[in-house]
Amino acid sequence: MSADAQGLLSSTFWISVLSGAVRSGTPVLLAGLGEVLAERSGILNLGVEGAMVMGAAVGFIATAQTGTVLVGLVAAALAGLAISAIHALLCVPLRANQVGSGIAVTIFGLGVSAFIGRPFNGRQVETLHPIALPVLSKIPVLGTVLFEHNGLVYFTYLLVPVIWFLLYKTHFGLSLRMVGESPEAADAMGLPVDRLRFVAVLLGGALAGVGGAYLSLVLAGNWVDGMSAGNGWIAVALVIFAAWDPLRAVLGSYLFGGVLAFTQRVQAVGIGISPFLLGMAPYVFTLLVLVISMRRAEKMTGVPAALGALYSRE
Amino acid sequence: MNSLLQRFPALKPVVLLVLTLASIVAALVLVALFLLMLGKDPLAAYGEMYKAAFGDWFGFSETLVVAIPVLLCACAVALPARLGLFNVGAEGQLYLGAICATAADRYFQHLPGTLPLVSVVVCSFLGGALWGFIPGALRVWFRVNETISTLMLNFVAINLSNYFVFGPWRDQSSGNFVLTAAFATVSRFPMIPGTRIHLGLVLGLLAGLTLFLVLRFTVWGYRIRMIGDNPKVGRYAGFNVNWTVLLVMAVAGGIAGWAGGGEVAAIQGRLRPGISPGFGYTGFLVAWLARHNELAIPAYAVLVGGLLLGGDVLQISLGLPQATVNIVQGVVFFFILGSEWWLQRRVLDHIPAQPEPLSSTAPQSPGAAA
Repeated sequence: MSADAQGLLSSTFWISVLSGAVRSGTPVLLAGLGEVLAERSGILNLGVEGAMVMGAAVGFIATAQTGTVLVGLVAAALAGLAISAIHALLCVPLRANQVGSGIAVTIFGLGVSAFIGRPFNGRQVETLHPIALPVLSKIPVLGTVLFEHNGLVYFTYLLVPVIWFLLYKTHFGLSLRMVGESPEAADAMGLPVDRLRFVAVLLGGALAGVGGAYLSLVLAGNWVDGMSAGNGWIAVALVIFAAWDPLRAVLGSYLFGGVLAFTQRVQAVGIGISPFLLGMAPYVFTLLVLVISMRRAEKMTGVPAALGALYSRE
Repeated sequence: MNSLLQRFPALKPVVLLVLTLASIVAALVLVALFLLMLGKDPLAAYGEMYKAAFGDWFGFSETLVVAIPVLLCACAVALPARLGLFNVGAEGQLYLGAICATAADRYFQHLPGTLPLVSVVVCSFLGGALWGFIPGALRVWFRVNETISTLMLNFVAINLSNYFVFGPWRDQSSGNFVLTAAFATVSRFPMIPGTRIHLGLVLGLLAGLTLFLVLRFTVWGYRIRMIGDNPKVGRYAGFNVNWTVLLVMAVAGGIAGWAGGGEVAAIQGRLRPGISPGFGYTGFLVAWLARHNELAIPAYAVLVGGLLLGGDVLQISLGLPQATVNIVQGVVFFFILGSEWWLQRRVLDHIPAQPEPLSSTAPQSPGAAA
């Protein structure tokens, strides 16, 4: 047996892949949770890609200028929120085509982020340190996989149940799902359809912004033009796989993160596969996931009936 | 998507033209305010851009050079749009065209006569067609939304292109530069002497005109338009909707593949990383500006080509990043999308709409479902 293959079979290799799955899946999970909110209200937001790239740039700039990561994260959330406001404005009151608007927001976001990020090309900031949680990180295997991460990962651990609770157990969540299911009925019941959709898209954009900042502040430590690299669109695809359920979004994102982590670790072990062929893996994986999710689409319960449809009161 | 004019035949194309131009002007004004805030002189910036792009024959010829891939990609977006499909994958289809054109040069350059050139043209079309066919097939057989699949395939294609350039096709004699060997003279697209305007322009105009004629005057085109209006009606009429989707996506991809062929076989003369600064996405915008009308696409492609070319000048003369052009493109797109609301409210209220196609108030186009 070759040394390479032995490296692939060792348990440390697989533990590091699992830990990497959580680490690399988190930005997509953040954006995906945001997209769940937006799509549950009936608005397809392909602009999450633009919100992520804005979050990556603004988060990096704010951190580099102030030296405080928290400021960077808040700034990234606001940037994601601001750019998503354009999508909300076009799609909600102006009833523009949601695919067109999402692409437009992404083109705009790529432009603005490259514009404002240019003076910061080549600058470095210290990436967010992992913090081993006391007691929990001592659990064998699981401790390393789940509880030796940076603060943002723990934040998403909390965020997932919060969003689940918000969607299924609160009045706001019920209204949101109703608006996505049947805006006519929601309107007839006196729910503010447009306002709910607006709020959902803005919240989703803020989360995508934080997800973008994760790319620059946790995974890279620098800013590169267009560094979102399709992560926002992958998040949209994973929402379909997750059947619009925040809990299943966790599964999808970590699976995706696992593929990323696996390809990176395989390279580290020193197997001679072109990095570019490995670089295709996340996108091909996402396509496969879509194929599988659509095969069982008949059984899907989560798809908001009015997703992407125009609604105007007549 | 394409139904504004179909549903409202009395809506004059001139109204759309005025609205589109107004949107572009509004976007330029907004970006000018942004530049003012940064302490740059917007009039000087736009002046420089205009001079560079349309000021003299050389500038205009360079504008046309940039307009060629934009025109081809826009056609690749507009054709599937007739079926209600969103092809956001022209970028990837362009890259596949470039890869296959390079392969054609590598393996067929010793063929006699014009065969090397013909093989480059044919292979770049086939490469793009494959990259259009895949999302078509995923849509038809697995009901995967083509918006997401075309976007994913863009990233796959760029990685694939890099794989060849950095890997098996890398020209070792060029030292630290990462590129493939130069195309043989016989494989290159012919150009107008003194300019870089190449065969791609002919292919683009021909593609646009052919699509227009086919859609307008043939049974095949009639089917596409009918299915686009309402796929159910198309099915009842006995049309094979699946086959049409596959064919349309493949042809569209092939046209975008020519854009890649032109970049490697004329402009760069070889495959290298980053041959496209996002022509596929710009093509998406241009198709929308032209409202998916094949005859209007060339004009808007030249206009936006000038904008892209002007972006280079901004960088040199005013120190503004190239990205400014992307910002302008985004804002133009915002105004176009926003103005469609105005159309629906103000204009269409006064024009009697044709009855909605059968049964539903919101016709379920094949592109609408997530």
